[in-house]
Order: sequence, then structure tokens, then C-alpha cells
Amino acid sequence: MNFLQPIGHVVLDFLATAGRLTLFALAGVVQCFRPPFYGRMIVRQMVEIGYFSLPVVGLTAIFTGMVLALQSYTGFARFSAEAAIANVVVVAVTRELGPVLAGLMVAGRVGAAMAAEIGTMRVTEQIDALTTLSTNPMKYLVAPRLIAGVAMMPILVLIADIIGVLGGFLVASYKLGFNPANYLQSTWDFMEAEDVVSGLVKAAVFGFIVTLMGCYHGYTSRGGAQGVGAATTNAVVTASILILCFDYILTEMFFAGK
Amino acid sequence: MSTPAPAAAGAKIRIRGLKKAFGRKVVLDGIDLDVGVGESLVVIGGSGTGKSVLIKCVLGILQPDAGSIQVDGEEAAGIDAAGRERINRKFGMLFQGSALFDSLPVWENVAFGLLAQKKVTRVRGREVAEAKLAQVGLGPEVGQLSPSELSGGMQKRVALARAIAADPEIIFFDEPTTGLDPIMADVINDLIVKITREVGATALSITHDMASARKIAHRIAMLHGGRIVWSGPPAAVDASGNPFVDQFVHGRAEGPIKMAVRA
Repeated sequence: MNFLQPIGHVVLDFLATAGRLTLFALAGVVQCFRPPFYGRMIVRQMVEIGYFSLPVVGLTAIFTGMVLALQSYTGFARFSAEAAIANVVVVAVTRELGPVLAGLMVAGRVGAAMAAEIGTMRVTEQIDALTTLSTNPMKYLVAPRLIAGVAMMPILVLIADIIGVLGGFLVASYKLGFNPANYLQSTWDFMEAEDVVSGLVKAAVFGFIVTLMGCYHGYTSRGGAQGVGAATTNAVVTASILILCFDYILTEMFFAGK
Repeated sequence: MSTPAPAAAGAKIRIRGLKKAFGRKVVLDGIDLDVGVGESLVVIGGSGTGKSVLIKCVLGILQPDAGSIQVDGEEAAGIDAAGRERINRKFGMLFQGSALFDSLPVWENVAFGLLAQKKVTRVRGREVAEAKLAQVGLGPEVGQLSPSELSGGMQKRVALARAIAADPEIIFFDEPTTGLDPIMADVINDLIVKITREVGATALSITHDMASARKIAHRIAMLHGGRIVWSGPPAAVDASGNPFVDQFVHGRAEGPIKMAVRA
């Protein structure tokens, strides 16, 4: 029965990690609602997550919209269904590609940076120093990042939606020969509030996931530079996987049975 | 310290039966230690004997497995978060690696505790920071710099200014002279003596630098094998009659303390 032992170890490790992560998340969320609030830290994180992620998210969105228009044209042309391109672009971008790609890009940019920063603070005793200065590290380091992540991701995704649709519009109008006014009218007609809102809710959840993973892996890192490196990798990998998992769960919640 | 130890008017910190293990490795195995009001106690001991663990248990950074830690008669071991924050307001701590916050300028590092607890405005916080920097021999222009722009000795001084910014009742010093040249180490020792006297604080330090221990201590205690094996005034450390202390003070490889060295 020795072969069961490693399986048991893996399962127990997984459950222990899930438990620790859940307790960490709960502690972080509780601190978001308890004064004192560190306004400066929240604003700083909002700028870091929102403003400085705009270029990478914008570039991702515009090329995604452009590729989407081009790909759907080559596919739909076989069925003489080119008119549906505007529909496909707006639905795909607002429901799925906007929030998911923005989430993944922010996980790579912000989640990694958070894990590295907090991890370095951990191994250089800066987090211990916070405790000795009567400052709760969860309140000072984690809560502002969670608040900023949940607040800024929907704004980022809203901008990504607009830029993504613009990308599709540019390709359709200037490369595929669509009438620009008609394309915009079709986009407007096909777009539904539910599509955009579901995408923004996903964005808020993804913002929470990215910042939580960055904070958790940084906060629990051990063992110097190697530990910080591992924390950074783990933060990006786990955030990316969770984004894809929760994307399915949220899609099921919003659109199943429709 | 040239001044005599203050009269033992009751223990500021009282530690009894303190135990801490990491897995199977027992680090603290029943520590009993008192630090009197206004006293400067230095705990000496080899690397890896649990000196830092001892201080971290008192600070609440590590949770002891068993035993009691009383601060001003209040039990601190296992206290809730609000109680811990209240007790830690009495503390100032100088970390071995200074542990300055990279993302903040020097003056915000020094005034951090005051600003974070919303005790002062930012303008007042800066004034306090500059006054504390002056106490450790640094000019106000240093306040605008980033910690990464400072030398190791200056970082130690800034960390010292941060430790005393809120006028603590008890200051902890974790290896205050490690990594400094002998002259800068002596400067830091002088500052520690001067500042603890000015603030009137109780001090608990850990070090393996005997020159530092002799200079800043009213009393020295030796930690070995998870227990305090000797305690006495600095003047008695050279003739303690304790084989562990003798070996440590004279830095001999041969003796009852066996270092884990692989050939």
C-alpha cells in the first residue's frame, strides 16, 4: 500500500494550502473593512494596478479585437455570414476576452511584482518591523492591494472592452471593407448590458484573485532570494489557473440555461 | 555601561519556562529571565542558539509553545491582536539588518509608527523624525534620502532613530553591531547607551559581540542549549567560573560548546 502514501501526502498538502489560503483571504477581507484605512497605500496601489497596467492591457485588447475580426471574417465568409462579425467581436471581447486577457496580463505584471515586493519585505524582516511598530501587516500591506485590485480591474476591463471593439472596427472598416457606420450600428445593436456587466463582475473577481495570490505567496515566502523567486512564479501560475477556473464558474452562473 | 544598574524595582519583562521548538529542533527549552525597570540586559550566545527566537517571542512575532512572558505584569504570550498592538506600543526594535522600508524615504521610516497610528500629522511626523535623526547624529537632509542610498552604519542609525521615535519604554536590539566596522560598531554602542539613558528605557539586547555586550549591558546572560546558563554583571563575565561563558568570551574552539562543523 506504499504507493498510496505519496498520493496521501499530495492531497494533505493541497488541503493544508487551501485552508491556509482561505484563512489568509478571510483575514485580508476583514481588514478591508476595519479602520484605520491607509488611503495613501490604497491610492498608490490603484495607480500601480490601474494606470501602469493600461499600456499592456490596451495593446493586448486592440490586437485581440483585430485578430478576432480577421479570423471570424475568414471563417464566416464560407457561410456568407460576414454580417455577424460585429456581433462576434463585441460579445467575445466584453464577455470573455476582455476580462480574461486583462486578468492574465495583470497577473503577470502586478501579481509577480506584489509577490516579489512583499516576499522581499518578508525575508528582510520588514514585515516583522511592521508588527513591532504596532501596525498590522495584513491591514497595511494586503488590504490596500485587495481593495485596489477589486476596484481597478473593472475599470481596466471597461477600457479594454472599448479598445478591443475599436480594434475589430479598424480591421473591419479599413481592411475588410465594411461600412464604418454600419459596423458601429451593428456593434451597438448587438451589445447587451448583461454582456458588459458580466465581464466587469469577472474583472472584479480576477482583480481579487491576482492581488490575493501576489500577497499570499509573497507573505508566506521563505528562504531568501530563491524563496522570493519561487513566490513570484507561484503567484503568477496560481493566479492564471484560478482566473481560468473562475471564468468558467462565473460564465456558468451568468449564462447557463440561457 | 558605566552607570550602575537601576535598583530592581520589579521586572519590566518577566519570562518563565519559555519553550519554542521548530519541528523536532528544540530551540528554547525553559527560559527564565527577568529584565528590571531601566535595566539593560544583554543576552549572549553562539549563532543558532535561539537568541533571535527569544526576542521574537517577546515581540509577538513568534508564538511560544509553552511558558509565560509578562510585560509590566501583563501576560503577553497568547494575547489577542488588540492586546498585542497595545503591548507593542511600549516597544521599540532595532533589527539586525535594519529592516528599513525601501519604498519610503528615511524620515517616513523614522516616523512610521507615529504616522501609522495616526498620532501625528505628516508635518509633525517630519519634525519628530528630524529630531530623532539629530539624536543619532544625522542631519535633516538625510530624511529625504531613500534607505538604499545609505551606508550600513547610517542605516543602523536610522533604524535606531525609528526604534526610539515613539519614546518606547522597552527597546530591543538584535545584533546591533553585526556587519559594521569596529569604529562604527563603537559609535552605535555609544548611541545605544546614550539613547537608552536619555529615553529612560529598559533594554533587551542580543549579540555575540563581546565588546558591544560589555559596553551596553548592566547585566549579561548567556543562552546555551535552550536555557540561560549564566547571568551576571559585565565585570564578572571574565571570571564567571562557568565553562560555557569562559569558552564563549575567549572565543575558544575547544570546550563544552560543540559547533556543528563538518570536515
